[in-house]
Amino acid sequence: MSAAAFTGSGVTDIDAAKVRGAGSNVHFDKVVVAYGSHVVLHPLTLDIAPGEILAMIGPSGSGKTTALRAVAGFVRPASGRIRIGATDVTDLPPYERGLGMVVQNYALFPHMRVEDNVAFGLRAQGADKALIGERVKDALATVGMSAYARRYPRELSGGQQQRVAIARALAVRPRVLLLDEPLSALDAQIRRNMVEEIARLHRSLPGLTILYVTHDQTEALTLADKIAIMRDGRVCSHGPTTDLYRRPPNRFTAEFLGRANLLPVTVAEAAGPKGFATARHGDAVLTGAARDEKAGDKSLLCIRPQHLSLTADSEHTNRIVGTLREVHWQGELTHLVLDVDGTPMRVSATKLPVALPERGASVPLFFSPADTSLLPEDAGV
Amino acid sequence: MPPAALLALLFFYPLALIIRQAFLDDSGVANAAEIIRVLHSRFFLNALVNTVTISVAATAGCLIVGLVLALILAFVPFPGSGFIARLIDTFIALPTFLVTLAFTFLYGSAGMLNSGLMETFSLPAPPVDFLYSTWGVVLAEVTVYTPFILRPLLAAFSLVDRGQIEAASVLGARPLRIVRQVILPAAVPALIAGGSLCLLLTVNEFGIVLFIGAKGVITLPLLIYGKAIQESAYQVACIIATINIALSLGLFGLYRLAAGRLGA
Repeated sequence: MSAAAFTGSGVTDIDAAKVRGAGSNVHFDKVVVAYGSHVVLHPLTLDIAPGEILAMIGPSGSGKTTALRAVAGFVRPASGRIRIGATDVTDLPPYERGLGMVVQNYALFPHMRVEDNVAFGLRAQGADKALIGERVKDALATVGMSAYARRYPRELSGGQQQRVAIARALAVRPRVLLLDEPLSALDAQIRRNMVEEIARLHRSLPGLTILYVTHDQTEALTLADKIAIMRDGRVCSHGPTTDLYRRPPNRFTAEFLGRANLLPVTVAEAAGPKGFATARHGDAVLTGAARDEKAGDKSLLCIRPQHLSLTADSEHTNRIVGTLREVHWQGELTHLVLDVDGTPMRVSATKLPVALPERGASVPLFFSPADTSLLPEDAGV
Repeated sequence: MPPAALLALLFFYPLALIIRQAFLDDSGVANAAEIIRVLHSRFFLNALVNTVTISVAATAGCLIVGLVLALILAFVPFPGSGFIARLIDTFIALPTFLVTLAFTFLYGSAGMLNSGLMETFSLPAPPVDFLYSTWGVVLAEVTVYTPFILRPLLAAFSLVDRGQIEAASVLGARPLRIVRQVILPAAVPALIAGGSLCLLLTVNEFGIVLFIGAKGVITLPLLIYGKAIQESAYQVACIIATINIALSLGLFGLYRLAAGRLGA
């Protein structure tokens, strides 16, 4: 079985089975982490399925890195258990957990050549020389760094160092790969490329379970099968990436995962069989995807900026009117900010009318009911 | 006065006088044969062997103790570890013979350890007598000079990326392997620089050896003192001093070379 190698340019065929991890699930069972009396992770119960990429995202101090470090064994839970596969690893030291980890600053061993860095874990685990040679070769091929085996880390760029760090983690065939803000130290262009390459890597190693901690929503949206959004040491929402993005369960999720316009509405008619409710915003009668809202409920209608259009068509049946306040041209996109009865509404448009309205003009906005989601107005989390 | 001239007057001129005196007998006549005689003498060779043995053993002891202490203080912190690190530093500020004096109170013939053992076990003579031997000198020097290893090691360890240690651990490396393959390579410059400095200082150590007064343990500095002050054999003292200076400058050169090459 072959798979495309992890290279930005040249493509090499590799034997994916050779570098495939065992693909264990990770289970947090009411895990609490506290430093003295300060609880940094409230009871966390979460499951990462074998072969799944779970992205934990959240602002600084939300507990996402603490959760990852608890899996790695660097943070001991005050209570609760962590299982990897069938093994309860809560009391195991990090070197007995069978994991791979990649951190923000690569943490390569500066006095070792690339090949020795990649071989480090295998040597530590007592693998024989022939196996080490084979695994190092495979892991470097996987990340497209075979030509750099004899170099020292200081002779590599940031992106190359991060690839070596990934190869080092893969060489031991970890049960679970932990990625802790792995791209944060890279500049924007390289980061975009690396996100695509990690996605490609996972496609070639579908059995590898990955816990990916980041504060970057784009990385999470691009890579993750599921996302857990953390806030103040708690999971604020958890689910498949597209579901969380399209149907955020609360305001924090809507605003943290991508940009969101949240228009206050009052539900006029509960959802019918197709799942759409009718809601009012001032005089406007709007249709939006509903959960279990009842008539009379105060709600927020979540509409992503790219789903608002300045032109009507058969799909964009909802219509609101706002006052144009700002226009920001950014090349591929133009961002408009409108005021809709005191609520700022952002529009990200790739196509604009030939004659753009003047600032202060009333502008109608159109959007499809399928691109909306009603969420509770009072839920701050 | 230009700084170079001041340096020459205060430092190089006295050194030059010593080296000049090494070639002249006490009446001021050139006497190179005396140099050959001293270099082949038993007392000089014994002192040289003692000096090298003690300084190498003390430096090795300092490296081992300093490394273990630094690893504990840097990577296994405990309440009060910062205070202890600073306390160990204060040893650098103390006169070397004070430790020897303290050792006499502790391990001397009439010291606390021997008195306690004699009283507890009704012994007729002090059972612990290592202090008045080569190993007593080595122990005192290890105690005094370990901070010279500890300080640069702690500085080096503070620069070790904790991420590397964690990555190694996750990859399956046990603590000893991490120390050996991740931490120590980062500390090599500090170890070499600190070790060279220790070697230099222990080669020239005078106070500790004199204060302990171990029988038959004569080092080069003590021999110079004995020949010059007790026997008034100035040419012999200056010949040995010249050898001592050459040894020290050689070690200092090695220290600078190591420190420079390894960026310590």
